[in-house]
Amino acid sequence: MSGARPARVLPRRLLLALPLVAAAAGGLGFYALLRRMEAGRYDPHGVDNPLVGHAIPTFAALPAQAPATTGFGAADLRAAGRPVLVNFFASWCVPCRIEHPQLMALARAGVPLWGIAYKDHEAAAEALLAEEGNPYHQLARDESGRVSIDWGIYGVPETFLIDRAGIVRGHWAGPLSADLVASEVRPMLGKYA
Amino acid sequence: MIPELGHFALALAVVLAGSQAVLPLWGAERRDPALMASAPPLAIGQFLALALAFGALVWSSVVSDFSVLNVAENSQSLKPLLYKITGAWGDHEGSILLWCLILAICGAAVGIFGGALPAALRARVIGVLGATSAGFVLFSLTVSNPFVRLWPAPMEGRGMNPLLEDPGLAFHPPILYAGYVGFAIPFAFALAALIEGRVDAAWGRWVRPWALAAWAFLTGGIALGSWWSYYVLGWGGYWFWDPVENASLLPWLAGTALLHSAIVVEKREALKIWTVLLAIGTFSLSLCGTFLVRSGILNSVHAFANDPARGVFILVLLALVIGTALGLFAWRAPRLMPTGVFAPLSREGALVVNNILLCAIAAVVFTGTTYPLFAQLLAGAQISVGAPFFNATVLPLAIPLFAAMVVGPMLSWKRAQLAPALLRLWWVALAALLVGLISAWGWAALPALGFAGAAWLVLGAFAPIVERARLFRLPLGASWVRLSGVPLAAWGGVIAHAGLGLTTAGLSGMALAEHRIVAVHPGETVAVGGYDWTLLGLRDAPGPNYTARLAEIRVARDGRTVAILTPGRRSYPLQRTTTTETAIRTNLARDLYAVLGEEHDGTAVLRLHVNPLAPWIWLGALVMALGGGLSLADRRLRIGAPLRRGAAARAASA
Repeated sequence: MSGARPARVLPRRLLLALPLVAAAAGGLGFYALLRRMEAGRYDPHGVDNPLVGHAIPTFAALPAQAPATTGFGAADLRAAGRPVLVNFFASWCVPCRIEHPQLMALARAGVPLWGIAYKDHEAAAEALLAEEGNPYHQLARDESGRVSIDWGIYGVPETFLIDRAGIVRGHWAGPLSADLVASEVRPMLGKYA
Repeated sequence: MIPELGHFALALAVVLAGSQAVLPLWGAERRDPALMASAPPLAIGQFLALALAFGALVWSSVVSDFSVLNVAENSQSLKPLLYKITGAWGDHEGSILLWCLILAICGAAVGIFGGALPAALRARVIGVLGATSAGFVLFSLTVSNPFVRLWPAPMEGRGMNPLLEDPGLAFHPPILYAGYVGFAIPFAFALAALIEGRVDAAWGRWVRPWALAAWAFLTGGIALGSWWSYYVLGWGGYWFWDPVENASLLPWLAGTALLHSAIVVEKREALKIWTVLLAIGTFSLSLCGTFLVRSGILNSVHAFANDPARGVFILVLLALVIGTALGLFAWRAPRLMPTGVFAPLSREGALVVNNILLCAIAAVVFTGTTYPLFAQLLAGAQISVGAPFFNATVLPLAIPLFAAMVVGPMLSWKRAQLAPALLRLWWVALAALLVGLISAWGWAALPALGFAGAAWLVLGAFAPIVERARLFRLPLGASWVRLSGVPLAAWGGVIAHAGLGLTTAGLSGMALAEHRIVAVHPGETVAVGGYDWTLLGLRDAPGPNYTARLAEIRVARDGRTVAILTPGRRSYPLQRTTTTETAIRTNLARDLYAVLGEEHDGTAVLRLHVNPLAPWIWLGALVMALGGGLSLADRRLRIGAPLRRGAAARAASA
């Protein structure tokens, strides 16, 4: 750099300092997140649903999923008059089959369980229920997955607890295990009953 | 006693690494030959100390010394010997020690094989490696010490994560780490060059073999990890765009770019600043890949202990290493002036295009991986970025990259013409088109594009060799003579490019994979992917530290038995976990893949896959790594006698 091109030297220097600035910004960001993690305000593994504490999204009645003959919509859920578990499932989903015995047990205990078949063929979902038993009081299907997007579905299975006022009170992503039912689902059902 | 010896050796390594950082760098600054000459012995000493520490850890694990906390938490006396040995690096503390050991091996390697380097450069390279090493060995000694004792010692250890009891994963960390850490050497060369303020052709020639070796290891390590997730996790997939996987892909992409831009430095003395930045960037990404992943900040299927306190220590360490390097870069890089000039359309130009595309892919992957973090940080939103994003963004960048990979080597240095190069590739293009059309006939458009790309890459990789030998234009004998004159390094490049073609074919084949989830009674038959799968029966089988449940499945085609698969489920009572044991039968053209799920009421849930060309994915990666090794075999001869050919050419042209 002999000073022959002083006008070009400054931008060039700034350009070469760019990686340092970018790395510093990234480092500060990571530090902030680490602090949040330490303070327990950030859980990278959590699957939050923004609906919890809010009213269920409004959706027109979905078509029925066999063996049911009528589907349901948001209005039916609000009119249920008691807390309801809404379970999103699919015949192509392995965790759903793992979860199935828990759903059957809940149904046997008289818990109103409403199912929405997510991006599934009607016949395939029907075959699943014929084979494994049908725990659902109401059944609808969301073949396009549009309504599920409004619910913020992350993957199947997901289960929501809706209270009698139509407010989402509980949310579980992934299969319900016997432990989870005993420690969380049952107590919450009792609380909002 | 032995663990204390290891503990002591670890402390000794910190001291040696500290001296390795200070003495040679100071000596090089003062031009003191005695101080500079201290670099190789210090590096070798640090390596010996860490080897002793690591040996002590392996020994404690092999004899099941449960008074060592690390062994008690990750081992048990019934574990097979192989996993007792490999278990030493299966957990956080042990893997950090392995990481440090490999970094020390790098320093010692430069000390032993770097005899031909100028004394000051060698001292600086080893000094930078020592400084990096000191930080991480200190981390191992203070915050993540593998030799902490536990008293009273338990009678039995807690056992290791059963998922890790697998030969593929046992050797995955050392190979992957050799790749990650190997890029410390180009990094050290880059910093040494910045300190000296000089990058020339010889520098490019010295850096390339080290970068090549690290790249070959990283390629092998990533392939092994992907293979492991294919057959152990039992999800039927091979790449999930998980943060941990992306963290290994990023340095690979940057390292691939580095390999190619170093060629331009070596041959043409251009792209100097860029190459130095890539060398720094590749190792920085390796560091982030190894360490940030462990802070638990990224949501991943690969479980590491979440420990934010450790995370802060690591972050400070990374800030020191990366910050110093980039600070030095900002300060000194303006001194590095390009000397070689080239037309945009030339071999150099093609390599620049390759660099831009590789870095664009890396940027896209980086954005997708870290976006959820920054969305959380800035907007407080919980967002996940999944495979659809990566598939949709990487593919459009891969297509021009594939095109450039074949056309580039046909161009001449300095200035080239596109039309003749393209004309000489007519047979490659024709073959790719045919393959694409034939595949499009049978299957969907995207796999057809993939197969065409694979054919283009594999055949195109050999085009420069065909051209060089003037095959079919000279008599076969004369061609053979020309062929035998092709240096190993050129063959290495050809084979590595062809390897990517094989991988592409495998990826395209996997896009045609078929699978079904079925619940069947013993004796029932289902059809998947043109095969009839019959569940013959289910039985229990005991194992050394687990109990297994096995399903026997007959796979038949047109009534003829093709294979008997026995997928299983293992439950480990000590760890209270269950693993799935995938059954895979391959004939290289397709994999038959079966997973046993839950059972109830006499039916078993089976997941059955037919994965066409699946093994080619890893075979291709192996071929790529082999290409790197071949090129290295040629270069090693030249490390010893660096010619200053580039410098002479520069003098002539000036």
